[in-house]
Amino acid sequence: MSTPRSPMAPPRSFLWTRRILLTLLTGFVLLPVYVMVSSSLKPLADVTGAFRWLPSELTVRPYIDIWSTVPLAKYFVNSLIVAGAATVCSVVIAVFSAYAVSRYDFRGKRVFTVTVLSTQMFPGILFLLPLFLLYVNIGNTTGIALFGSRGGLILTYLTFSLPFSIWMLIGYFDSVPRDLDEAAKVDGCGPLGALFRVVVPAAIPGIVAVAVYAFMTAWGEVLFASVMTNDTTRTLAVGLQGYSTLNDVYWNQIMAASLVVSVPVVAGFLLLQRYLVAGLTAGAVK
Amino acid sequence: MTTTVRADGPAVRKDAPGAARGPRRRTGRIRRAGLPYLLLLPALLLELLVHLVPMVTGIVMSFKELTQFFIRDWGAAPWAGLDNYKVSVDFDAPVGEALLHSFLVTVGFTVLSVGLCWLVGTAAAVLMQDAFRGRGLLRALFLVPYALPVYAAVITWVFMFQHDNGLVNHVLHDQLGLTGKPSFWLIGDNSFVALLTVSVWKGWPFAFLIVMAGLQNIPRELYEAAALDGAGMWQQVRRITLPSLRPVNQVLVLVLFLWTFNDFNTPYVLFGRTAPAAADLVSVHIYQASFGNWNFGTGSAMSVLLLLFLLVVTGAYLALTSRGRRTAA
Repeated sequence: MSTPRSPMAPPRSFLWTRRILLTLLTGFVLLPVYVMVSSSLKPLADVTGAFRWLPSELTVRPYIDIWSTVPLAKYFVNSLIVAGAATVCSVVIAVFSAYAVSRYDFRGKRVFTVTVLSTQMFPGILFLLPLFLLYVNIGNTTGIALFGSRGGLILTYLTFSLPFSIWMLIGYFDSVPRDLDEAAKVDGCGPLGALFRVVVPAAIPGIVAVAVYAFMTAWGEVLFASVMTNDTTRTLAVGLQGYSTLNDVYWNQIMAASLVVSVPVVAGFLLLQRYLVAGLTAGAVK
Repeated sequence: MTTTVRADGPAVRKDAPGAARGPRRRTGRIRRAGLPYLLLLPALLLELLVHLVPMVTGIVMSFKELTQFFIRDWGAAPWAGLDNYKVSVDFDAPVGEALLHSFLVTVGFTVLSVGLCWLVGTAAAVLMQDAFRGRGLLRALFLVPYALPVYAAVITWVFMFQHDNGLVNHVLHDQLGLTGKPSFWLIGDNSFVALLTVSVWKGWPFAFLIVMAGLQNIPRELYEAAALDGAGMWQQVRRITLPSLRPVNQVLVLVLFLWTFNDFNTPYVLFGRTAPAAADLVSVHIYQASFGNWNFGTGSAMSVLLLLFLLVVTGAYLALTSRGRRTAA
């Protein structure tokens, strides 16, 4: 990433401010991460007594036990299915919508973008209750099980990431030169051919960014997961609370499980954060 | 990569969409006129199903006496007129009083959290504008709280805030001796501080990310010209960086406000179904009011009131900030 800044050497006051503030901030950011990692390697006695900075002995026991204390593997698979499917659907739908808005002039364009964006401001709680009833009623009348099923959750989650994804991709598609798709059309591609052969490949960073965002949104959601899942479809967001409903609170296992469920998203995010920043620069921030 | 894309951007956007299209077969023209709508159809259908229909349903529900007896067949619930609203805003009765309290707590919490997130995020982004050793690593680290799934991160904070075995009391009481006896963080008045801490920890990286992206769009020439005129580092930050970020900040603050005000995940994982009074955010409050005693009618009325409030604030905010920008220009 380029830095639009003069090459002039910054003054000492700036350097010291930077050093001190960034050190403090690093400590603040990393403290919970340290607690998570160190506690996940402690025996149970270390997490039930007074807090210890270092484990009395290192053990990987919590990492073995987490799979049997609660059916973590099942929750993990459920989360993977739900978040994966929601991501794929959300990205495909967002690509189509953003292409329409970016490349065509049509009646109702502004209404569409404004409406979609404004759904972002609705409190989730506002449509949780009606959606809950709607899914229950659709199930009762048509037999399509949306309530308590993965399908219902996928449908819900993909609309959560959709507005932001469309918004970001419009900006990204706008910055792909129009001459490129015109050239593709001259070469005999239809509009969809131009989209998939020219615009999408040129906008890959934006699409990756949108996919990361959609996956993270679905992977981390708690409110709808807590109402709309049952024993077989429960996701990690709800399942992780299972460690603390028992008589003993197995904090070392909770920390180990938290770490295990975080690794896929954090690793993916850190690998792809370049694209997210680039996508935001081109799309959202204008 | 980013800079080239940006350089092309404005020139391309100047073309009127569709201006460069040549004549085509008639069927092509008809198909082309319908194509944008066809492309939008999936998004439209989903938005309708998951957002708009439920929203309208929610408004209808708020006028019904929708208690647990009518969950299976909510259409049969009797109309309640404005009763649900009257109960919600009767601030002398317990239900209304609790809602008002929860609302005020949420306003205070949101103002503090958004302010701090913005401040920390902007400061970090500006301090990290220049390249220095370890900048890339630090940037990745700073994004970790944003990348972590909410429940995993917040549950770690729950552990840290434990009374007997948490890190916070261990440091403040055992190691530094700042408090006479170990404090309770997840119940009582301290819970507000705990909630705010977690919210800022989790929220500031987003501000950092957006401001960082915004900084990329400030032309280098501005800084070079300022440096030639003898402006120091701090002056450049004040006179160039911050004013250039204005449009970015306009959107950023609004988004942070809406997300924080509506936040459910953080307080829910931190406190469970019933939040302590000092940290009783309005989303959890409505959730409890609806699912706690299965009174969806009152819950919906409260949600509609919340939506109206957010609409008014958003409208006023956009009107005010856009006017300010026009005057300044």
